[in-house]
Amino acid sequence: MLGFGAVRLRTDMNRLLSLLFHQGVLDEQFLQLQHLQDQTSPNFVSDVVTIYFQESEKQLRNLRNLLLDREIWDYVKLGIHLNQLMGSSSSIGAKRMRNICAVFRAAVEQSNRPACIRALEVLEHEYCYLKNKLHELFQMEQQSVLGDAVRYPGVVHQL
Amino acid sequence: MEDDNAADMEVEVLSSMWPEDIDAAGKKFNVEKPGADQDLLEDVTIIEEPTIVDFKRLLELTNYSEKGSSQLSYLVKNWEWKQENAVRLLREELENLSKQQREVELKKLEILEEHKFEDEGYGGDKRPISILDDVYEIVPDVPKRRNDVIYQDQRIEIDGEDDTDSVRYWKQRALNLEKLLELSINREQILLEKLEESIEKLEKQSSPVEELSQILKRADNFLHFVLQNAPVVIGHQDKELRYRFIYNHFPSLGEEDIIGKTDVEIFKGGGVKESQDFKREVLEKGLPGKREITFETELFGAKTFLIYVEPVFSKAGETIGVNYMGMEITDQVKRREKMARLREEIAVQKARETELNKTIHITEETMRAKQMLATMSHEIRSPLSGVVSMAEILSTTKLDKDQKQLLSVMLSSGDLVLQLINDILDLSKVESGVMKLEATKFRPREVIKHVLQTAAASLKKMLILEGHVSDDVPIEVIGDVLRIRQILTNLISNAVKFTHEGKVKIKLHVIADPCSEDQQKIKMDTDESESNETVVWIRCDVQDTGIGIPETALPSLFKKYMQAGADTARKYGGTGLGLAICKQLVELMGGSLTVSSKEHCGSTFTFILPHKVPHACESSDETDEFKDMDDNESTEDDDNCGFFQFKPRTLGSLFSSNGSGRVPELTGNEIGFEKCNPENNNTNTNTKYAGVDHDRPFHNPCIQKNRPAKPIEPKVNSNGNSGGILGNVVEKSKSVIRPKILLVEDHVVNVMVAKRMMRQLNQDMDVVNNGVEAIRAVHRCDYGLVLMDVCMPVMDGLQATRLIRSYEKTGNWDEARLAGVELSGDQKIKEPRRRIPIIAMTANAMSESAEECFANGMDSFITKPVTLQNLKQCLEQYLPSNGTLFKDNFIPK
Repeated sequence: MLGFGAVRLRTDMNRLLSLLFHQGVLDEQFLQLQHLQDQTSPNFVSDVVTIYFQESEKQLRNLRNLLLDREIWDYVKLGIHLNQLMGSSSSIGAKRMRNICAVFRAAVEQSNRPACIRALEVLEHEYCYLKNKLHELFQMEQQSVLGDAVRYPGVVHQL
Repeated sequence: MEDDNAADMEVEVLSSMWPEDIDAAGKKFNVEKPGADQDLLEDVTIIEEPTIVDFKRLLELTNYSEKGSSQLSYLVKNWEWKQENAVRLLREELENLSKQQREVELKKLEILEEHKFEDEGYGGDKRPISILDDVYEIVPDVPKRRNDVIYQDQRIEIDGEDDTDSVRYWKQRALNLEKLLELSINREQILLEKLEESIEKLEKQSSPVEELSQILKRADNFLHFVLQNAPVVIGHQDKELRYRFIYNHFPSLGEEDIIGKTDVEIFKGGGVKESQDFKREVLEKGLPGKREITFETELFGAKTFLIYVEPVFSKAGETIGVNYMGMEITDQVKRREKMARLREEIAVQKARETELNKTIHITEETMRAKQMLATMSHEIRSPLSGVVSMAEILSTTKLDKDQKQLLSVMLSSGDLVLQLINDILDLSKVESGVMKLEATKFRPREVIKHVLQTAAASLKKMLILEGHVSDDVPIEVIGDVLRIRQILTNLISNAVKFTHEGKVKIKLHVIADPCSEDQQKIKMDTDESESNETVVWIRCDVQDTGIGIPETALPSLFKKYMQAGADTARKYGGTGLGLAICKQLVELMGGSLTVSSKEHCGSTFTFILPHKVPHACESSDETDEFKDMDDNESTEDDDNCGFFQFKPRTLGSLFSSNGSGRVPELTGNEIGFEKCNPENNNTNTNTKYAGVDHDRPFHNPCIQKNRPAKPIEPKVNSNGNSGGILGNVVEKSKSVIRPKILLVEDHVVNVMVAKRMMRQLNQDMDVVNNGVEAIRAVHRCDYGLVLMDVCMPVMDGLQATRLIRSYEKTGNWDEARLAGVELSGDQKIKEPRRRIPIIAMTANAMSESAEECFANGMDSFITKPVTLQNLKQCLEQYLPSNGTLFKDNFIPK
């Protein structure tokens, strides 16, 4: 990897990030997350996000099951799951996820099943989108870290 | 002859009512000849009543006034002219006749001459008589005059052939002529007779009086006809302005009421005097004039007349009276005035409209500008807060001295801009009326304490901060505590900014309702049963011993973007929005903000606010637990302690590398407040602990009393780890000397993030996953602060908080056990415990959930996502002296 490749990687990452910010997919909280990452925990962000995805997947599954169960309308459980998803989403700065959760919760409170199902679909879609994008981002980050590691001595001299 | 006629006229003609019109009779009165259709006006009935004439006066008038005489002379002339005409005709006739007579005489002479000639011829025969000649001579002569004569002549000539015959002939002829002459004389006689007859007739016929009076009569009738319904009053008044003649179609007074009287004598009311004066003026000046006069009389109500007055002159040129004509124009005047009014109104309307348009335009512009400012501010705020918070995080990493300095500049400027933007947003919120006030119960003493505490925390000068709350201030009041806090903070930071030595004081006391004199306090005492809430007005003074404000700057002090002076701004910085916001906020809450200041001595900002006071019963109902829990210590303290004092920390921020950089004694003081209570509580309840405060040593002995559990903490802690805490092994070496923080949070991601942040803030933290575990953890070990998620499985944060508070109050966990929490080991009843600050973490940032949190005994709440910034703030506020305290207490031991 050459120097300009690394630069391009950085640029791409920034571009992707700013796109996500611009779309409202992410908010400042994500930046905070990034800044919490340091030498002691170099993979902090990706660790957190990975856990987030695991948890969220579980929650989405639960939500779907709860919604598809036509017999029982357990809005308490729905609310709990949603709250958890909302809390964790806002913790990693997944703004759009959080907003959709809020809409979802409103629908739950109104006992509006069709609206809930719609919200769930949107939520799942959003979840996939976020996952893909963040995956992309981490991949790039990984590459650039690798690149940094490889070029480290040379770069110093060049600069 | 003429004089006679004139005299006649006076008597008869002047009985007409229109003397003044007659002077122009020929021109103005185009009356038809009397003979033609006299019947024209017969159908019209003319009421002659309205006219009232003083005849004597009229006579005098016509005798003396110029107009009268000219009128007469015109009549005379008119008559003369007619007479002349007749005479001329007669003369012509006469001339004709005399001509004929002359001719006849001439003829007679001729005849006579002829006879003479005949005689001569008869006397001497010598003269040759040629018949032809004769004939010749006669023929051209006679036939020209009379044909019959010619015939006679011819016949005679033919007849006379000899002497005898001729004598006979001549005799006959003479006879004939005699006869002719007789005839012509007869004729003459007849003509003469005729002449005489016609002269006689003429004389008889042309008596002018009748004719004129007829004309006048007709004119009069016509005038009556025309004037029948006209709203006109016509009159004549003499020198003394007494009426001599008046025509009024709608008379309301009889003749005797008017004639010989003046206007003033006849009726009273507005305008009468004016008209009289006007007439007099005309009389004196001798010039005619018009004027509009509005009468307001009993007689005919309010009416406007246009009157025309002209003077009447005598032959000698003196004024002897006035002619007066008035026309009622009330309607016209009304209409005219209405029009004028309308026009005026339209003009005003138009002016107003333009004004309004202008204002609208300006307002729109302003609104747009404001909106834009607000939008921009908002847009700027998000990225800027990112920059600032990143810089903050950066400042916690390892940096060299230069970098730190640069960073601190960056941070302070960033903060300034952020503050400015927040201010602008606040202001635009207040101005646009978007800002809503919340009504929550709060404790004024607590608020004052916190504000001073916060100010003291960042104090970099050697200032003393004091708070005095007088006893009459209720323990709890209802208001928007956030806004009040904002105002106080603003004023305090202002005071601190401009004070270099001395004190900054907050004084709080109750005042009478500034609006009504009946005292609210009395109401409070008496009317309690009537209403649940009474209103107290609380006055708050923020006093400093700073540089003061020059008097000239006072008026503009509360204006936006204004500071006392340009150099002030340079020296002290700031946006100049703070006071404007304070003022607007205070006014929004129904109070007022004032300032008094003396240069170089200090300033005092005073605001008064109305607060509702919750009814005693109500509060006990609603906040049962809250009260119960508070009763034992801090409440008592805050409720009754009316004095606080803070001195500055010397240096550094709370979270500088090891968190112990502050001067122990100072922090000791503020904690001391909390600490002192148990002791206080034990002895007496209504204490004025504050009274002692001033000279109280900062190392208060009760501090040690207050935290009995601390030294043992490590042990408990090690036990605790075996509980349900997820792999959260605490490094004991550190935690021993710090109050620990407990995070109650069920979601892994949130836990990870929060832990990470705590590490950044150099704090240790235990983590549990639900309310039950939280209670266990609190049961096991003493925490300095609990961060509690609200929504959790098993037991939510609200319930957990309630149970913890109950424990703090009673010292036992019975209630928790009742709720189904299994607690290991039996716990002996302890002393009532210190109140642990519990901060809620909530995903719904709505104010009702905030209320819920407070109602359940939480101290504050953080909205998710938790950021480094608000975590830090929270720690600063609720864990103000964590490290030092323990060090302090620990080291001596």
